[in-house]
Amino acid sequence: MPGIIEADDLTKTYNDMVAVSHIRFCVKKGEIFGFLGPNGAGKTTTMRMIECVSPRTSGVLRVFGMDPDKNPAEIKQRIGVVPQETNLDPDFTCAGNLLTYARYFDIPPKEAEKRVENLLEFVALTEKRTTAIDKLSGGMKRRLILARALINNPDLLVLDEPTIGLDPQARHLIWERLRHLRSQGNTIVLTTHYLDEAARLCDRLVIMDHGTFLVEGTPADLVRDQVGSEIIEMDNSPEVIACLAELGVTYETFGDQVQVATIASRELTKTLLDRCRLSRFNVRAATLEDVFLKLTGRTLRE
Amino acid sequence: MPSIWSFPKITRRSGKVWQRNLMVFFKTWKVNFFPPFIEALLYLTAIGLGIGTYVGAIDGVPYITYIAPAILAISVMNSAFFECTYGSYVRMYYQKSFDAIIATPLSIEDVIAGEILWGATRSVISVAIMLPVLVAFGVISLPFSLFAIPLAFLGGLTFAGLAMCFTAITPSIDTLNYPSFLLITPMMLFSGTFFPLAVLPAIFQYVALAVFPLTHLVALMRMATLPSAGALLPLHIAWILAATVIFCVVSINLMRRRLII
Repeated sequence: MPGIIEADDLTKTYNDMVAVSHIRFCVKKGEIFGFLGPNGAGKTTTMRMIECVSPRTSGVLRVFGMDPDKNPAEIKQRIGVVPQETNLDPDFTCAGNLLTYARYFDIPPKEAEKRVENLLEFVALTEKRTTAIDKLSGGMKRRLILARALINNPDLLVLDEPTIGLDPQARHLIWERLRHLRSQGNTIVLTTHYLDEAARLCDRLVIMDHGTFLVEGTPADLVRDQVGSEIIEMDNSPEVIACLAELGVTYETFGDQVQVATIASRELTKTLLDRCRLSRFNVRAATLEDVFLKLTGRTLRE
Repeated sequence: MPSIWSFPKITRRSGKVWQRNLMVFFKTWKVNFFPPFIEALLYLTAIGLGIGTYVGAIDGVPYITYIAPAILAISVMNSAFFECTYGSYVRMYYQKSFDAIIATPLSIEDVIAGEILWGATRSVISVAIMLPVLVAFGVISLPFSLFAIPLAFLGGLTFAGLAMCFTAITPSIDTLNYPSFLLITPMMLFSGTFFPLAVLPAIFQYVALAVFPLTHLVALMRMATLPSAGALLPLHIAWILAATVIFCVVSINLMRRRLII
């Protein structure tokens, strides 16, 4: 079965700047597919090409088997978009925003009214239906944008940092709603900076940097393959370093901390406790964040 | 990348953008309906009656009757121009409305066409509000003056298209002041509005005829309200039509260049 989105050798350049370079991926029906990466990695550019609002420079891109350059309206009719930037219409109320948006999709007024009620309930904003946009909190705005993205019953949802700047309650609500949508057969593509979000939500994900993919896989596989199952953290002291070197253990130092990634923490911890004089140590499960930092480095991005 | 002269593909979906703006306009209709009414009243009293007392008549026409069509034409220009400069810029840049809309089946061409159509509609609304005032003053003749309505739409498209060209290239909202001061204000004064072009040096007359859309719109409006259709009628219509097509096509292409990257 062909994928919902298929990209091959997909490239986007702005003047001389290469934003996305020869990427290849396939998003299957009914999965949540994540794009992770530092700022400027090319995630948003990729989303914008899928949304048919930014033409690709070269390569192949098919959404629902159609070419965004040739059939943008047909593709967009079936996509729901949550942009990174909040762009609700300040001239309308909550319900007014959804109704106006419904018209852009040619949804008949009666049907639109019905969908608006359901969607406001879905994102827990029924009480705010006549509230002006500038009276909403950040979390409410993001939820309303999610509702807006669903007004056309999309087959594909494209979410660019859907939970950016939200409190834990609002994030959990959005995660729960996204999983609910997946259970109904929706396909979801998202970008995020929150690695716990990616680990919880995504069936598959890619980590990208400088416009190319570094790795692709399920969150669990990536953690296991890239860093192992556990991380031992110790204080950074010359004695510890010397001891680790003597034992031939691979380690990484981050400021005042030394980290050792392992799949056999129990034995290794015992050895370290016996041989090195550890003043303090901590064993924790390896996470996607460890993978991310290992692959993209710790240098601050703009 | 299509050139700025290529004819854009516009669909009937542009009507949705027009409808959006219309709905917002009617939500605040009280503040929107008042200005054209007051404007007509002020111009007619101050310039028509006030200055008109000293001027007397121009070309055998009472001064207040002479400037009545100019008031309409200026209102057409201002309504469309300011709607599609500051109004459109706010929707595009500050409200990100265009970004939100092009994520739906509408294209950027549809959005800009809808904005231009709306700008022209603002002109029609202004003229429709002013006409009864002018009739009450007895300075325009019916039924020919009703031609002012289709003329308002045509002229509205001209100025909306022109405005959108500036909106497409302006670096910020402040730089939109340049076309306002350097083009719109001189046009308002030197397009045969408050005095005939014939009193100006020949060079000014040529400039006004060659580059000021308002010159042609005022002439057409005057032919409708006096009424006195002249031999130059087809020329004025042709100039306005040609300018409208050029402005609208170029502005949509410039906007796509600005927004679709």
